Amino acid sequence: MDLKQLIIEKIKGNFPDAVSETTDFRDDLSVTVKSDTILGVAKYLKEDNELQFEMCKDVTAIDWATRKNRFAVVYHIYSFKLNFNLRLKSIVEVDPPVIDSVTSVWPGADWYERETYDMYGIVFNNHPDLRRMYMPEGFQYHPLRKDFPVLGIPDSLPLPEKI
Amino acid sequence: MEFRTVYRYLKKFNSMDIRTNIYSDEKLLKKIAEDREIIIEDALDNEMIINMGPQHPATHGVLRLVLRLDGETVLSVVPELGYLHRGYEKMAEEMSYIEYIPHTDRLDYTATLCNNVAYILAVEKLLGIEAPKRAQFIRMLVVELSRLAAHMVAIGTYAMDVGAVTMVMWTFREREKIQNIFDRLAGARFTTSYTRIGGVASDADDVTLKMVKEFLDQFHSALDEMDKLLLGNRIFIDRLEGIGVLTKEDAIALGVTGPNLRASGVEYDIRRAKPYLFYNEIDFKIPTYNEGDCLARYFLRGDEVRESVKILYQILDKMPGGEIIANDPKHALPHKTEIYSKMEELIHDFMIINHGVNPPAGDVFFSAENPKGELGFYIVSNGSGHPWKMKIRSPSFCNLQAIAKICKGAMISDVIAIIGSLDPVMGEADK
Amino acid sequence: MGLEAKLQQDGFITTTIDSIIAWARKSSVWPMPMGISCCAIEMIAAADPKYDLARFGSEVMRFTPRQCDLMIVAGTVTYKMAQVVRRIYDQMPEPKWVIAMGACTSSGGMYRSYNVVQGIDQFLPVDVYTAGCPPRPENLINAVMTIQAKIAKTKARDFQDLKTA
Repeated sequence: MDLKQLIIEKIKGNFPDAVSETTDFRDDLSVTVKSDTILGVAKYLKEDNELQFEMCKDVTAIDWATRKNRFAVVYHIYSFKLNFNLRLKSIVEVDPPVIDSVTSVWPGADWYERETYDMYGIVFNNHPDLRRMYMPEGFQYHPLRKDFPVLGIPDSLPLPEKI
Repeated sequence: MEFRTVYRYLKKFNSMDIRTNIYSDEKLLKKIAEDREIIIEDALDNEMIINMGPQHPATHGVLRLVLRLDGETVLSVVPELGYLHRGYEKMAEEMSYIEYIPHTDRLDYTATLCNNVAYILAVEKLLGIEAPKRAQFIRMLVVELSRLAAHMVAIGTYAMDVGAVTMVMWTFREREKIQNIFDRLAGARFTTSYTRIGGVASDADDVTLKMVKEFLDQFHSALDEMDKLLLGNRIFIDRLEGIGVLTKEDAIALGVTGPNLRASGVEYDIRRAKPYLFYNEIDFKIPTYNEGDCLARYFLRGDEVRESVKILYQILDKMPGGEIIANDPKHALPHKTEIYSKMEELIHDFMIINHGVNPPAGDVFFSAENPKGELGFYIVSNGSGHPWKMKIRSPSFCNLQAIAKICKGAMISDVIAIIGSLDPVMGEADK
Repeated sequence: MGLEAKLQQDGFITTTIDSIIAWARKSSVWPMPMGISCCAIEMIAAADPKYDLARFGSEVMRFTPRQCDLMIVAGTVTYKMAQVVRRIYDQMPEPKWVIAMGACTSSGGMYRSYNVVQGIDQFLPVDVYTAGCPPRPENLINAVMTIQAKIAKTKARDFQDLKTA
């Protein structure tokens, strides 16, 4: 409890109107910040002496198909000093979805952001090499969006001919 | 034999243009026709771009690496994934939590039961239930046995890649004994889908536990045999020492976890940092090395195998009695004999299978210490029986990011040693 | 063996030659392990000391297609990988056979999704399908034995239109 309060206070202290929501569900702290402040918050969390969130474990996105702001980008970061897992969420407010990349803060987020771009179509600003990760180069759709069917779109991927 | 038919037959052979039926790609044919001849200065000055393709004896699965070489030195490496992308996360949104358990088996297919346990612990965290003590101990038992099996594959195939082909036969011989134990315990030797929400599928009887103990008693001598073969071998050590150094800062910045992180000097093991199951009652060390090269990663896996054997002895001593599935009718499936004879169990079974377990709305992240690193599941639930989103944080995907950094300046044959030491498994890297 | 292939009738000498050649072919089937995912581990297990595949003649598992005659496709084939598998199949010299190991190669397996080819017989001619997820090593050995039985029944004139590319 104390640790979670400390982190929330520190973030709110340095970025007064960035935090829009905090949740504590099943002992996991999750902080939602506005999408234009994400780079500043990330840099602060890494460089602050008490917090030192040095490792980025995961970057992904959620497609809330029916809400007004459709995509939310989720970051899971870890601090060795505090032994604490934090979840940062950021709701993407523009359409088509664009958000700042955090690769300047955590280089390990590189491939995760590429994967999120491939699966959801969210473009990351200032990413060193934003191209598709899993699907082939010319694929036109983004598979994990809710409007893409599980079985795929017929003839969207080429297959060699039968002998 | 008629001379005419022989002559026609041979003529057919000689006039057949054998090249075109393989390379029927027209762009490629045009390039072949247009290319000038190479002159000596060209060949010695230019860099080569070589494809170490998805089908390769030593890439540990379908990983494609595009290398830029200057002679034999690697200037840069670009990995390409996606050759085994099966659509796990999309399929998870269509099926219930119980239906997804066999899919988690196929993630890290060398340590199948570890993935099952990690997934089911994530679901149990979301539901807020806990399995009984005996089930947790049996889960720990199979997790440690799976860890042994995975490290056997890793060590064996790594030694085979580097040239010592005997190791893969010896390590697979030990792995067969572990798979025999799984066969008796869970019904299948490889992809078992053994865990259930609230416990495990079947009980470990005395014969099984005796089999585990007998296996452990002879495992020490097998390990010593393997050590004598390789660890004193000057060629092996020279091939691996000082190659592919991953510094501590790089490892943390890139998000590398598991044995690769511990070989670079960071003592981070989730079984100690955030203990799950009953690891806080077991006494074990966390081996750490500081050099961060391929040899350190190899030694670390050997040390981890010995630590796992110690953990297994303690689990066998401390195994409690009791039930193996939680008494929680809304979430845990009742036993088959009760379903067929009692009314309420039948109704609960019907509701759970058809409508799903219905966890509360919210999201949860749980990670466990897999042999390859940290396997995490991020489950977003909207209150229905299917997850709204399931993200699998696989360790191999993150560990492969380090290849681009640590292969710079190495020779081509060192690239093989480096990939083997990072030990990626494409089933989980590609999801 | 092009000369006997031209003969249309089965005399005593030609059937003996056929059976000797078929025996030689089936006793030294060298597999090309197209190990893609989980079935690859069971394929290595079929070659380990407990379920020795080498005693059936498959002594070497060459990773180069030019030296093999049997391709064991082990693992889920995605659309991206299908191009690669087909390219390697084309490089194998005739006569060649294909084993589809496991459920994923036979029919797409448990993956009914946008990126998985529902069965490799959509782009390759398959000789033996093996059931299981993954098939036990004994099952794979049974598949190799079925291929051997299939080879034993071949005659030289089946291989008339060889493409020796």
